[in-house]
Amino acid sequence: MHAFPTKRFHGSPTTRRGIVAALACIALTPAALAQETFKVGIVSFLSGQAAESFGIPAVNGAKVLIEAFNAGSAPAPYNKVGFGGLKIEPVYVDENGGATKQVQELRNLYDREKVDAVVGYVGSGDCLAVAPVAEEMKRFLILYDCGTPRIFEDAKYSYVFRTAAHATMDNVALVQYLRARNIKADTFNMINQDYAWGQDSRKDFLLAMAKLYPSAKPQEDLLPKFGAGQYGTEISALMAKPADVTHSSLWGGDLQAFILQSGPRGLFKRTQVVLSAADHVLPGLGDKMPDGAILGARGAYGLMAPKSALNDWWWGIYQKAYNVYPVQAPYRMAQSLLGLKLAVEKAMAGNGGKKPTGEQLADALTNLEWDSPAGRIRMANGDGHQAVQDTAIGKTRYDAAKKMVVLDDIQRFAADCVNPPPTTKSEDWLKAGMPGAKCN
Amino acid sequence: MNLASTILIDGLTYASWLFIVALGLTLVFGVLKILNIAHGSFYALGAYAAASFVGWFATLKFAPAWSIVALLLAAVAVAALVAPLTERGLLRFFYGRDEVLLVLVTYALFLILEDVTKLVWGANPYYVSAPYGLFGNVEIGPQVYVGYDFVLVGLALVIGAAVWWGLNRTRQGKIVLAVIHSEEVAASMGINVSRVYMLAFSIGIFLAAIGGAFTAPMISVQPGVSVGVIIVSFAVVIIGGLGSIEGAAVGALIVGLARSLAVHLAPVAELFSIYIVMAAVLMVRPEGLFQQTQARKI
Repeated sequence: MHAFPTKRFHGSPTTRRGIVAALACIALTPAALAQETFKVGIVSFLSGQAAESFGIPAVNGAKVLIEAFNAGSAPAPYNKVGFGGLKIEPVYVDENGGATKQVQELRNLYDREKVDAVVGYVGSGDCLAVAPVAEEMKRFLILYDCGTPRIFEDAKYSYVFRTAAHATMDNVALVQYLRARNIKADTFNMINQDYAWGQDSRKDFLLAMAKLYPSAKPQEDLLPKFGAGQYGTEISALMAKPADVTHSSLWGGDLQAFILQSGPRGLFKRTQVVLSAADHVLPGLGDKMPDGAILGARGAYGLMAPKSALNDWWWGIYQKAYNVYPVQAPYRMAQSLLGLKLAVEKAMAGNGGKKPTGEQLADALTNLEWDSPAGRIRMANGDGHQAVQDTAIGKTRYDAAKKMVVLDDIQRFAADCVNPPPTTKSEDWLKAGMPGAKCN
Repeated sequence: MNLASTILIDGLTYASWLFIVALGLTLVFGVLKILNIAHGSFYALGAYAAASFVGWFATLKFAPAWSIVALLLAAVAVAALVAPLTERGLLRFFYGRDEVLLVLVTYALFLILEDVTKLVWGANPYYVSAPYGLFGNVEIGPQVYVGYDFVLVGLALVIGAAVWWGLNRTRQGKIVLAVIHSEEVAASMGINVSRVYMLAFSIGIFLAAIGGAFTAPMISVQPGVSVGVIIVSFAVVIIGGLGSIEGAAVGALIVGLARSLAVHLAPVAELFSIYIVMAAVLMVRPEGLFQQTQARKI
C-alpha cells in the first residue's frame, strides 16, 4: 500500500528523482545547516504578581544574554556563537496560571514546539509539579529559580536540574551573619507566605536559629497568604510582641507592601529585620527602604556580586538594555543559560558536533561546574543535579548622593559553609547542627 | 486591654478598606444582577490611575496635600471613562441572559484588563507614597498607626452614608430601588432602565476605583493587584447578602474582625478564619445576613 499516491507528481520518474536530488542538495547546503537552531523554552512569570519582581527581569536577562550568545559577543569561555554554533531560538511562556496549567504548557513545549530544552519556573509549587513530568517524558529541564529544597531531596531525576542553590542557603547565611556580628537575638518573630517557599524558608530559619542561637525564643509566627497586600494586622502583631529579630522571606509585591506599611509604623526601628530574598525591591523602593535591614539575594547577586570581568560584562549589557542594574532573578537566569551553553557544547564535543539529545545534555550537565557573574556554580548536590554556590548578606543604607540603596557590611559565605553536603537532606543537616560546614 | 483594642482597630481598618471595594460589587449585583469578576480590575485601574495622577500633580509642583485630590480624581476618571465604555460597549448585549454567562463575560473582561493595564503602565511597579505620610502617626498603647489608616475608616463611613442616603433619600435613588425591585414594572412606569443600569454600574466602578486609588499609597502598584481583592470582596458580599449595602458593611466588619482575631490569636488560621465565618453564615442564612429569602419563580 502506498501512503503517498504518485499522482501528486507530474513528470517522469527521472524528473522526480531529479527533484528529490535537488531538494536533498538544497537541504545539505551550508546555509541550510547554519539554520539549524537550538530551541529553548523559557518559562517565567510574564503576568501576575511575580512578573514585576522575578518573571520579567529574568526574561529580560535571557533576552540580552541570548542576543549576546547568538552574536558571539560573550566573553570566553562563552564566546562561541549560540550554543556550539547552533543559533539559539527562545520560546517564551508565561508561568502564571498555576501548576496544572504549567504541566500542560511544559508538555506543549516539548511535543508541539519541539524545544530541545526548557529553562524555567520561579514558583516552588510549579517546580514540584513539572519536574516529574519532564522526567516521565525523558526531556531535558533546568529549574532556574525556585527555592524549595524538596525537589531533589524527596525525589531523584535524570533529566531535571536546578542551576541555583535552594532556600536553605539563604536562611543559614542570614543566621551565620547575625552570629558573626553577635547581634542580639534572644527572641525572634517571623512572617512568611503560606505556601511552599514561605513554609520551607520559615523551617530553615527556625532550625538554623536553634543551632546558632540555641536560647533564642520564637514568638510571632505569621503566615499570610501569598498576595495579601494588606499587612496592617500582621504589623500590629509583630509590634505587640517586639522581638530582637524579625525574619521574613516575603518577596515581590508582598515584600514591597510590607515595607511600605511597616516602615512608617517604625517596625524597622523596634527590631532587627532580616530578609532572605529582598535585593530585588531595592531599586524601586529607593529612600522608602529603611536603613539597617539585613538582607540576602539568594546568592551573591546584584550589589553583592563578586568583582569579575564576567560580572562587569553582564552588569553592563543588562544595565545598557534596561537602564537598571540586574538583581537576583536575571542573575539566576544568566547562570542557568551559561551552564546550559557549556553543557550543550560539552555534549557536542563528545558526539561529533551534532545537536545533543536530552540524554547527552543530562550527562553533560551532571556534576558540571562553571563560572557565572555571581561566582562559581557547582552541580554538586542531588546526584549532580542540584547546584551549590557562594552567597552574600549585607545591610541596607540609602545613599542620598547616589540616589539609591546601597549595601554595607557585606559578608560572603562559601557554598560549603551554607549548603548541606551532597548526600544530606537540608533538614537533617540543620537538625544535626550543620556538620561538615566549611566556613573558614 | 491593649490586645483587645489592637484587634479592634486592626479589624476596623481592614474592614473599611474591604467595605469600600465590596460596596461597589454588591451595588452592581443588586441593580444589574451581574457577579462582576472584573471588579478587581477596576480596583487595579484605580490604583494605576492614582499613580499617574499623583505623579502629574507632583510634576506640576502641587503641594503634597493635593495628592488626596489626585486620588479622588483618579477614581472619577476611571469611572467616567471605563464604566460607560464597558457597560454600553459590552455588558448591555448580555442583559437578560443567564447569570453564568455574565460571570464568564466579566471574567474575560478581567483577563483583558489585566493585559490592558500592562500595555498602558508596563510591568514595573509604581509608588504613590506621598499621601500615606500626610496624616502623621497615631500612638495607641504599644502600637504606632499611620494616620492614613484612620482616614480610610472615615472615607468608608462617608462613602457608606452617601450611598445609603443617595439610594434611600433621593429621587434618583428611589428610581434605582424601583429597578432593583422590578425592572419590568419600572420600565412600564416610564423609567429609563438602561440609564439606571449605566448610572449604577458607573458608581460601582467608581467605588472599586476609589478603593484602588486609596490603597495605592500603601502598596507597590504592579500587575496582579486585582487578584487578591476580588476573592475576599466576594466573601464579604456573600456573608452580607448579595445586593445589600448594610450586608456589605456588616460582612466587611465580620471578615475584618475575624481576620484580626486570627492573626493575633491563632495566626495559622488566618486564611481559614474568613472562609469558616462565611461557611457558618451560609449554613444559617444561605441568602446572606441581609438578603430576604426569595420565592422561586416558576
